[in-house]
Amino acid sequence: MSGEPTYVPKSRLARWFESRLPIIGLVHSSFVTFPNPRNLNYWWTFGGILSFMLAAQIVTGVVLAMHYTPQSSLAFVSIEHIMRDVNYGWLLRYMHANGASMFFLALYIHMFRGMYYGSYKDPREVLWLLGVVIYLLAIATAFMGYVLPWGQMSFWGATVITSLFSAIPLVGNSITTWLWGGYAVDNATLNRFYSLHYLLPFMIAGVVVLHIWALHVHGSNNPAGIEKKTAKDTLPFHPYFTVKDGFALVCFLVFYGWFVFYVPNYLGDADNYIEANPLQTPVHIVPEWYYLPFYAILRSIPNKLGGTAAMFTAVLVIAFLPWLDTSRVRSAAFRPLYKIFFWLFVICAVLLGYMGSQPPEGGYVIAARFLTVYYFLHFFVILPLLGKYEKPKLLPASICDAVLGQSGDAPEAGAASIQAREPGQ
Amino acid sequence: MRHGKGFRRMIGWVFGAVLVAALAANNAKLFAAEEAGAGGKTHEQPKPPRQEWTFNGFFGQYDPAQLQRGFQVYREVCSNCHSLKLIAFRNLADPGGPGFSEAQVKALAAQYQIKDGPNDAGEMFERPGRPSDYFPWNFPNAQAAIAALGALPPDMSLLAKARSYERGFPLFLIDPIIQYQEQGPDYINAILNGYTNDKDPNWNEYMPGHKIAMPKPLSDGAVDYADGSPKTVQQYAKDVSAFLMWAAEPKLDERKRIGFNVLIFLAVYALLLFAAKKKIWHRPEAQVSHDAP
Repeated sequence: MSGEPTYVPKSRLARWFESRLPIIGLVHSSFVTFPNPRNLNYWWTFGGILSFMLAAQIVTGVVLAMHYTPQSSLAFVSIEHIMRDVNYGWLLRYMHANGASMFFLALYIHMFRGMYYGSYKDPREVLWLLGVVIYLLAIATAFMGYVLPWGQMSFWGATVITSLFSAIPLVGNSITTWLWGGYAVDNATLNRFYSLHYLLPFMIAGVVVLHIWALHVHGSNNPAGIEKKTAKDTLPFHPYFTVKDGFALVCFLVFYGWFVFYVPNYLGDADNYIEANPLQTPVHIVPEWYYLPFYAILRSIPNKLGGTAAMFTAVLVIAFLPWLDTSRVRSAAFRPLYKIFFWLFVICAVLLGYMGSQPPEGGYVIAARFLTVYYFLHFFVILPLLGKYEKPKLLPASICDAVLGQSGDAPEAGAASIQAREPGQ
Repeated sequence: MRHGKGFRRMIGWVFGAVLVAALAANNAKLFAAEEAGAGGKTHEQPKPPRQEWTFNGFFGQYDPAQLQRGFQVYREVCSNCHSLKLIAFRNLADPGGPGFSEAQVKALAAQYQIKDGPNDAGEMFERPGRPSDYFPWNFPNAQAAIAALGALPPDMSLLAKARSYERGFPLFLIDPIIQYQEQGPDYINAILNGYTNDKDPNWNEYMPGHKIAMPKPLSDGAVDYADGSPKTVQQYAKDVSAFLMWAAEPKLDERKRIGFNVLIFLAVYALLLFAAKKKIWHRPEAQVSHDAP
């Protein structure tokens, strides 16, 4: 994780240690002196927020695991034992359950920020791919975590999603049986989901280290979407970005705390307070909110294999963004058309989420189908063509230039100031 | 600058739209409540009317007197069919609950016969209940209950969190802001007040399909309150709904109390960090100028 090797050990012990394992110097150059573009705005604080949320999920999760029983006839009651008899168990569980939602909220903002400012473009493709790996692992982790309380929605959600694999021709049923560890979702399924739910977050943490490593090779992208050239373009990570990230994190925690303490069950489903019953299917099986857009896509295709394929494509297509987006200009600030299509895509994703939460009937199905088509159109048609036909605005010469002309405002307030002097083309 | 402005305008529009939607929703809610109150017997079941609860909102806490009355309704009426298997007698003396004394709980538990065992002779036996025992059920198992009642009465420990109703767009967007988390007790209260067809005791206004397996359980005067509260179905329904909310969410008082302190702490912390951030970012080295090298 490159940076200026500026760390000078002060004490003899530190010198002795540093000459044997230069880890303090590594942290120092990565998180103290590391030069960040000075024009980063608050959308860039969500990386730090995500790191915090991952740590919070692991800490609360490890303690919850001390009190939870992964056995199909005891799991539901053990959750209630945590809620009622474990000291602050209710707090741990509500933090963990809502923390998953907060993690995904921050993750989606982080991803949309990357899309808006073209952060995935050359030379940051591997950084983006590592992010997609984190996203996929997070999806799997949250899905398996939701099964653990063994409520009705846990059970039936697991049944619906694992059954998707049976759509694979020839080997589908064998794969599903293999995933279940039996012929239905049952104790064996619960046990393996528990094991994997404990494992995957540490894999996420590992990929996060790679993600930060890749980030620090070229440094952060920025709202102007141009590379830092001189020292004037940057400010040291500490104290400038530690204090800024810290402020954003605490604001985020206020939001998180609101949910944990005042509406802890808002994001959950009432059916999950009913113990799993394989003989009684809930009227509406709805996944957690962060899967809803993909759930809507799955249901839009009136064919099990087709729907499953569309859903997985919808997730995986994100990995190909660096090559689907053909424009060489990164930031939407200088791409007048892309800016519009970006927001259309955001609206499309949110609407898809709403359709996913509604029963699959009538107008909802038709709307979901249109939105599904638009979702793929955005990636496979609009993005490739936009880069060829869109006329980008003139880029500022440097980040420093982008900040200048920003009369007396806080320096992070944004790029694009060059347009004030050279409006458009 | 144009980008920055446009971006802020966009955010402004989004928040404006949400605000307008929220206001519209609020009005819609009032109208909907009025209509529900007017009580048209439509073929679709109406939404449960929202109730005032002492445990609603930012500073909401349970009312121990109401929980005691609700417990009395549970004990004298509901418990004939419904189990309450996650609640122990000792819970009735827990802080933030009905507020019975230890002695009262001990005396109450002793009135129940609890199956225990096997003893040294390998046999099950019955003994008087202790505060650590959980509420026993009137039936040995689900099959026996179904045989006697025709349907399985759901366990009541989590009922108030396991029941809800669709709020629909755009109400569901403002629910987290106005902290509406009482769909469960509202629903239970509505069901208990929903037996409005005198000819059919299994007809319920708020039940999906209007057919409910449980015949009208409450009638005026059925439970004899000692504290002078009205002995009406309405009062019973409300009290037992509050009691069931406590049974499902016994740590609510503590949660809201701690939450208030946490949010105050975080808000002050955020202000301090904001001031620190402003100060640090105004250092000379953080400024850029045209004549800089």
